[in-house]
Amino acid sequence: MAPRLLFTPHQLNITINRLCHQLIEIHDDFSNSVIIGLQPRGVLLAHRIHQTLSGILNKKDIRFGELDVTFYRDDFRKKDLVPNKTVIDFIIEDKNVVLIDDVLYTGRTIRSGLDAMMAFGRPKDVELLVLIDRRFSRNLPIQAKYVGRTVDTVSSENVKVDWKETGGEDHVWLITQEKE
Amino acid sequence: MTKRLSVNHLLGIRQVQKEDIQLILDTAVQFKDVINRPIKKVPSLRDITIANLFFENSTRTRVSFELAEKRLSADTVNFSASTSSVKKGETLIDTVNNILAMKVDMVVMRHPNPGACMFLSRHIKASIVNAGDGAHEHPTQALLDAFSIREKLGELEGKKVAIVGDVLHSRVALSNIYLLKKMGAEVMVCGPSTLIPRYISSLGVKVEHDIRKALKWCDVANMLRIQLERQDIRYFPSLREYTMQYGLTMDILKSLDKEIVIMHPGPINRGVEITSEVADSSQSIILEQVENGVAVRMAVLYLLASRTEN
Repeated sequence: MAPRLLFTPHQLNITINRLCHQLIEIHDDFSNSVIIGLQPRGVLLAHRIHQTLSGILNKKDIRFGELDVTFYRDDFRKKDLVPNKTVIDFIIEDKNVVLIDDVLYTGRTIRSGLDAMMAFGRPKDVELLVLIDRRFSRNLPIQAKYVGRTVDTVSSENVKVDWKETGGEDHVWLITQEKE
Repeated sequence: MTKRLSVNHLLGIRQVQKEDIQLILDTAVQFKDVINRPIKKVPSLRDITIANLFFENSTRTRVSFELAEKRLSADTVNFSASTSSVKKGETLIDTVNNILAMKVDMVVMRHPNPGACMFLSRHIKASIVNAGDGAHEHPTQALLDAFSIREKLGELEGKKVAIVGDVLHSRVALSNIYLLKKMGAEVMVCGPSTLIPRYISSLGVKVEHDIRKALKWCDVANMLRIQLERQDIRYFPSLREYTMQYGLTMDILKSLDKEIVIMHPGPINRGVEITSEVADSSQSIILEQVENGVAVRMAVLYLLASRTEN
């Protein structure tokens, strides 16, 4: 089946703007809040959100971190996983954390992310923001507070997010894997 | 980039590919970041038990491996030959199989006999990490040396490394030579001719007997300890004479027209192969090597564990 387009660049822009305004409703000027993107692909979305927020709030010092969860995963013997960089140069003790990933599927990455985050302090509050929520496919009781779009998928389908930063255009695709 | 080691054991650098070395060094970068966090621990190996079998004395390597294991959340058991049934006449395979019967997944072993790890790997199922076998290989030391050079000077390719001292009895030297050659670096060994193995040039290394010439040539000098405990005959007239000929002093360093990096695998005999002044100077990365050792060993254990069935 041909890939289905979930987001055009224009739609993606509108959605990211909407998510940012939702964040501001709760977090005000982000003085006690931090943004943490999950490696590798959540970081790209987190960057975009961070940029947009900085523009709207006209504030340059919103704290931003990149978190790699490889060493905290429960499936590292089942897949070949290459660790990425973790860059968090602040302590998250008593902060409100917005955890960002591109796609929420089984919830296992987020579970590892919650564990990995605790190495940087005990946050006051943690919220999850995702661009795509693949409904009905969760293995763990994890839900996102801010969602770009909810889609119904089956396990043979994949959600692929392309970004300008990685050389393509801003697109989100739903791809059906061919059975061999 | 490869994501998986091509081997189930780390027996020596000779048995691994260039890609494996690259993968270990790259993974170690992330572990170095982990051990510099407020909470220096990750849960990756929480379901793995590792036995540290030390049939020969060691402080640094043993503590380093133990810390690496603990920071990966593995369970560890320690064993040293002096307090064990080895003294009662048990064979190596029996000793290890008894330990493995208690459900141990990996073995870190140091042994005075060259090839002990290789031998063991043919008879047991668990993954083995060689922590030094006689005068043969010490792969994790070579990896941490390479990591330290890379951190200081960038990629290893084209770098010039001089290994100075007791090359004949040194497992560090052999592992370093294998590794540096595989990564495209140039290697020179330097020492009195009695302490340079006769056929070493067949490994593709240069041989030099004048320390000043060697230091002039290199970017990095790796100073080795004189291993008196392994020397069954006298290889040079006196320690004092060795120091006069091959000891690294501040005067020699200052006479060079460039700043070279000084390494030492430890333990240092201050005033023999290297003076205190040099060992504690800003050019020396001896303590960085020790810090990097933990990160590199974490990477090795992590990558080997990801190959074990569970």
